[in-house]
Amino acid sequence: MNRFLAPVAVAATSVLAVAAVTSMAVLAAPADDSLVIDGELEMSTRVAPIEGHPLPEVISGWHYRTEDTRALQQDSFDNPGMLGVEEGEEYWNKVEGTMGKSCASCHGDASESMVGVGASYPKWSEKLGKPINVELQINHCRVENMGAEPYKFDKGGQKPLTAFIKHQSQGLPVELNLEEGEMQQWWERGKETYYRRTGQLNLSCATCHEDNNGKYIRADHLSQGNVNGFPTYRLKQSNLISLHNRFRGCIRDTRAEYPAAFSDELMGLEVYTTWRGTGLSVETPAVRQ
Amino acid sequence: MASKPRVKIPKSVSAGDVITIKTLIKHKMESGQRKDKEGNVIPRDIINHFEAAFNGNVVFSVDIDPAVSANPYIEFSSRISEAGTFVMKWTDDAGTVIETSKDIALKG
Amino acid sequence: MNISRRAFLSTSAAASAAAFFGISGQAIATVEDVEKLIAEFGGGAAAGDAGPLQLTTPEIAENGNSVPVSVNVDSPMTDDDYIESVMIMASENPRPEVATFHFTPASGIAKASTRMRLAKTQDVLAVAKTNSGQLFKVSNNVKVTIGGCGG
Repeated sequence: MNRFLAPVAVAATSVLAVAAVTSMAVLAAPADDSLVIDGELEMSTRVAPIEGHPLPEVISGWHYRTEDTRALQQDSFDNPGMLGVEEGEEYWNKVEGTMGKSCASCHGDASESMVGVGASYPKWSEKLGKPINVELQINHCRVENMGAEPYKFDKGGQKPLTAFIKHQSQGLPVELNLEEGEMQQWWERGKETYYRRTGQLNLSCATCHEDNNGKYIRADHLSQGNVNGFPTYRLKQSNLISLHNRFRGCIRDTRAEYPAAFSDELMGLEVYTTWRGTGLSVETPAVRQ
Repeated sequence: MASKPRVKIPKSVSAGDVITIKTLIKHKMESGQRKDKEGNVIPRDIINHFEAAFNGNVVFSVDIDPAVSANPYIEFSSRISEAGTFVMKWTDDAGTVIETSKDIALKG
Repeated sequence: MNISRRAFLSTSAAASAAAFFGISGQAIATVEDVEKLIAEFGGGAAAGDAGPLQLTTPEIAENGNSVPVSVNVDSPMTDDDYIESVMIMASENPRPEVATFHFTPASGIAKASTRMRLAKTQDVLAVAKTNSGQLFKVSNNVKVTIGGCGG
């Protein structure tokens, strides 16, 4: 009798074990996986937090996605965001404005001149008296050095060109310089925004991305909200999505009025959220749901 | 600004090898089943056909319907027994053909 | 910036696969639609079981806008014996057609992949046809995640 029952019991136990593991994987933990682009470029997607960071470990949003979505980012051909990066390269070489120049006229080969830019912005701009991000730096160049119209938010070449420039830093660790100018005050300002509850749902950034990351909000597996992969290719829109668009989308979902792109409030938030991802590799273009 | 189709294909192969070819092209693939804010149907605008020919002979083709995702991705295989040129064509609803070609050499 | 409730709802829904098909108020495909497609594809021959036909899809698709789908049919792929085509259908999209791959002996292997839109959780079907007109059929259920955050 025992001889007959034993295998059944073992089988039942293993079925339970499989069920438990599966539900754990689906319900909570970030995927235990490593992000290597094209089998060559190893990305830092789980790092020790910078001093003053509230979480024990800083984890890329890549770990919170399903296997199929993760796979899209592991192969630079399969990554549909690379279509945007290639489009950005065309903008890089496109002559515009009264001075007859392109980005390349001054900056040459982006794979040399732009390395590190995506890992270190936003930066303090003495001229503007506030932090400047890649999008605004592009507009500054267009107006001052090309005699061209600045791009409107998310229009023209803004997203692809930003993706192209940040992509040149793919794999480099995010590191902001908060010592320059008034960066520390803008960091404080961003932190205040991050923890301020807002909207009809009374949510702060921290409610989802600090207190509840790893859990589900409806069907969405909440990440830590790191910004190291923007502009990000989102399957939902089948397009590159800019950081400030994502900020606005998140705030809208709390049912609050949302600030304008590149407003002081969102620039502060960009400084603060970028800092929270210190040490993570720049992933641009990341692939998310 | 339209971007060129992306094609991933080996540059050289041994005769008789079966190779994998990956393609990706930027296109919104408007299904023709959506309405705009005013309630008017947004006209269908998709890539409806893909064809790959090697040295003039069609090796593989696809009839594509609106349920294929934006920025269509197509992966297929081909057995290569001689050096030559792959020509890939995407055709949209307006009849516009986007074409790209890739040369393949034999190893050794 | 003020945003009305209606605008909020429409922007939230605008990008989902269901919205992509304008599925609200529109019928989904029926079993008859699928059977008719198979009949047209197979010239009336009865579709057998899966046989050498493999269909690969995710169990759970994180977003219905881009669901990987792959078919692979074990075949000698000679001039006398090869897989001519494989049709992929999404049984509960507004229209079931997704794509039809056409192979030749020069394909070497009858294997192809694409990415598709699924309006909801449903069965995805593949039907393969040999050069002699034999049909194989297989289906996979794909759960589609709906109800994530916008942005």
